[in-house]
Amino acid sequence: MKLTVWTYEGPPHVGAMRVATGMKGVHYVLHAPQGDTYADLLFTMIERRSERPPVTYTTFQARDLGTDTAELFKNACRDAYTRFQPEAMIVGASCTAELIQDDPGGLARALDLPIPVLPLDLPSYQRKENWGASETFYQLVRTLAAKQATPRPDGARPSCNILGATALGFRHRDDVVEVRRLLGLLGIDVNVAAPLDATPADLRRLPDADFNVLLYPEIGDVAARWLEKTYGQPCVRTVPIGLGATRDFIAEVAKIAGVDPAAALESDPSRLPWWSRSVDSNYLTGKRVFIFGDASHAIAAARVASEELGFEVVGLGAYNREMAREVRAAATLYGVEATISDDYLEVEAVIAALQPELVLGTQMERHISKRLNIPCAVISAPAHVQDFPARYSPQMGFEGANVLFDTWVHPLVMGLEEHLLTMFRDDFEFNDAAGPSHLAAHAPPPAAALAASVSEITWTPEAEAELSKIPFFVRGKARRNAERFASERGLPTIHIETLYDAKSHYTK
Amino acid sequence: MTQSASIASCDDLARPVLRERGQREVFCGLTGIVWLHRKIQDAFFLVVGSRTCAHLIQSAAGVMVFAEPRFATAIMEERDLAGLADANEELDRVVDKLLERRPEIRLLFLVGSCPSEVIKLDLSRAAQRLSKKHSPAVRVLNYSGSGIETTFTQGEDACLAALVPDAPQSEADAPQSLLVVGALPDIVEDQFARIFADLGIKDVAFFPPRRSTQMPAIGPNTRFLIAQPFLGDTARMLEERGARRLPALIPLGAEGTTHWFKAAADAWGIDAGTFQRAIAPGRDRAKRALSRHRDALQGKSIFFFPDSQLEPPLARFLAQELGMRPIEIGTPYLNRDLLSAELEQLPADALLSEGQDVDLQLDRCRAARPDIIVCGLGLANPLEREGFTTKWSIELVFSPIHGFDCAGDLAGLFARPLARRAMLRV
Repeated sequence: MKLTVWTYEGPPHVGAMRVATGMKGVHYVLHAPQGDTYADLLFTMIERRSERPPVTYTTFQARDLGTDTAELFKNACRDAYTRFQPEAMIVGASCTAELIQDDPGGLARALDLPIPVLPLDLPSYQRKENWGASETFYQLVRTLAAKQATPRPDGARPSCNILGATALGFRHRDDVVEVRRLLGLLGIDVNVAAPLDATPADLRRLPDADFNVLLYPEIGDVAARWLEKTYGQPCVRTVPIGLGATRDFIAEVAKIAGVDPAAALESDPSRLPWWSRSVDSNYLTGKRVFIFGDASHAIAAARVASEELGFEVVGLGAYNREMAREVRAAATLYGVEATISDDYLEVEAVIAALQPELVLGTQMERHISKRLNIPCAVISAPAHVQDFPARYSPQMGFEGANVLFDTWVHPLVMGLEEHLLTMFRDDFEFNDAAGPSHLAAHAPPPAAALAASVSEITWTPEAEAELSKIPFFVRGKARRNAERFASERGLPTIHIETLYDAKSHYTK
Repeated sequence: MTQSASIASCDDLARPVLRERGQREVFCGLTGIVWLHRKIQDAFFLVVGSRTCAHLIQSAAGVMVFAEPRFATAIMEERDLAGLADANEELDRVVDKLLERRPEIRLLFLVGSCPSEVIKLDLSRAAQRLSKKHSPAVRVLNYSGSGIETTFTQGEDACLAALVPDAPQSEADAPQSLLVVGALPDIVEDQFARIFADLGIKDVAFFPPRRSTQMPAIGPNTRFLIAQPFLGDTARMLEERGARRLPALIPLGAEGTTHWFKAAADAWGIDAGTFQRAIAPGRDRAKRALSRHRDALQGKSIFFFPDSQLEPPLARFLAQELGMRPIEIGTPYLNRDLLSAELEQLPADALLSEGQDVDLQLDRCRAARPDIIVCGLGLANPLEREGFTTKWSIELVFSPIHGFDCAGDLAGLFARPLARRAMLRV
């Protein structure tokens, strides 16, 4: 048993729902008790989808357990087929139904429906949401795409598939649009983008493309590997998040497709380079940033943070162990230890110990940062209603790079504004007790968040007062440094001089 | 998806009830933890379940991400199920870790889930064992919030029923005391407490208490009023300890609240004049507040999908005090005993349905074209997109809606979606 306060990923059948709901013409019959229907609201409320997810739940009850839950499942399947007339159906069990072992696959097969019916075996007590999405997509591709590629006329434009986007994905909607645009600049046709917005008939056409573009390895990697092995379709694996990665992506696509990347590279409309080079961005230099999310977003964010914004990566981690190796490899680039954990409290402890000046994380880290009074921007799923903005807001491609600049730097611009506020600290309307303006509702008073970390060392009132004059976004670091300095020298008390001795000691 | 449906006529109920068994689009009882942990401030709720359970509570709790909430899930893993780990030893280890981390906790609920029920993990024995181990600092109780046994608000019923045996026994010769049963927002409890004081009823307690260390004494001297319609098991447990229920409407709206207080006043033999003086100010305020919403709601038809069991009293209030026309009143479970007074007052032409087959119910709803639909979060946006006006039923559980001073707010919850639709030009 594992004690869990908040969870980064849902169960694997929610991953399957993300695939089914993203597609058109697929229906998912899920053997599950009534409570599992909560998952519908993820799509109708968080993503604001205007249709119910294409999922039928058997909603068996305790009294059904002694009788015939198998019959219940068969009826649900038959009725779902009659009512929704899907092109393909997936069937499976949620965690509770897995325990009663009704064999949804066998039961559905016995109905002999005139459409492809895929049994899904998603072990709920071992696996999680991303794995479930990956397995579901793979099974759909494997079952439906089994045919020979249609030969294309000579001189036809190169064509590719875009793999990995689903319903409830972090900015998947806009990323696919942006990547389509990049491919268009290269003169490459998109054969199929899947799972998002694809039909089962589209999946049948996957072998027709020359190569695949994998946007979300967490979800599409297994299917991409199978397509590579079965149809010899090479796969573009650079995730185009950030300016450098977008350029690398274009180069990789151009090489595989045998086209000239020059026009696409020169079209570069990104404002990020100039925004980052302009003098008002000088203060971003060496900002200590902690990065956490799903592995592919976290790794991409670390590169952008380090190479394109001039931050110092002080921590890097991911919640999906499946990609731990990739995260560890990336972490060595920045000389940091990777945090691989799906334990929210552990991540919180790492952030509290590192005292970064900026956190790039998930919605969970946003809440952690609020409490620790650290600016934060969200870079990864789990998806939240805020991650489905009305405006176009991709993470990928040239426009994505602009979005990253704005999203990550805005919390810090507010930090600079706070610095100005501290100059007016005794002003009648601006004072420390008011708290940072951008962390309005839930921010604890700064003092609480910055309580002394080493209790045996005392601060003189004068030193405390001096510390409070330091802008809040570096105050934590200053306190930590002074206490470390004092404890290393066996000083029981921190005076104003100790504070400044420590400052000069740690100044690089 | 008709698994079975039947129209039944109950002996004690003059009206037919449509009973359906098909796909239910409702939460399970675990969801109650979201408000129960806010109510009992020194209690911790530990769900023994799966990742799905953890994900559900997190999703239902929505934006309410607290530093470290007073609920968590002990997620069962493969090795627990395969018998590689002794589930009880694992549970003890998790509880030890939890209590070490949260020394301020005085009451721990082990909450059963679908998977823990299916593998027959005996949480009542675990609770006894752990209670002994951590006594006297922490008491450990258990209940089931599993979706195979409980629907949404039934989780609160199961929790409170588990709490009843924990209350001390009142003295044999203790004077008559009043217990208000059902988790209510603190502000509503305070409003009720002031009116009871004005009525001259001195010994009033609320159940559940705000702190587990302030458990009211219960015994044959106890008279209780239920404030929520879904507390059947809790009422039964109280009656087993000799307490007597005062039958009344649920205190929603001016009339419901008056009737509810009257039941207490009669049991305490309070004269009509005192009753009027105590009730009149609140009742008048409620009526004034309701009159402001009457134009918006009068004559409007309303369709309830089953959710919290609050549907019959809400329909009664909306029909009686605001002139709305309930078309279908769906409830996950119809508690005929507790709701007998409510059912008598429901409009005769409204269809009462119990259970659910969501696809068939959606068909009926679309055919009826109601002016407003009360439904869960999974259905609301899809119905809005079809052109219907909806009210999320979950807000009726999370908002203060009981009593005189919330009556206007309650009406406002139904008026606002209609007003919004009329306002928007997009």
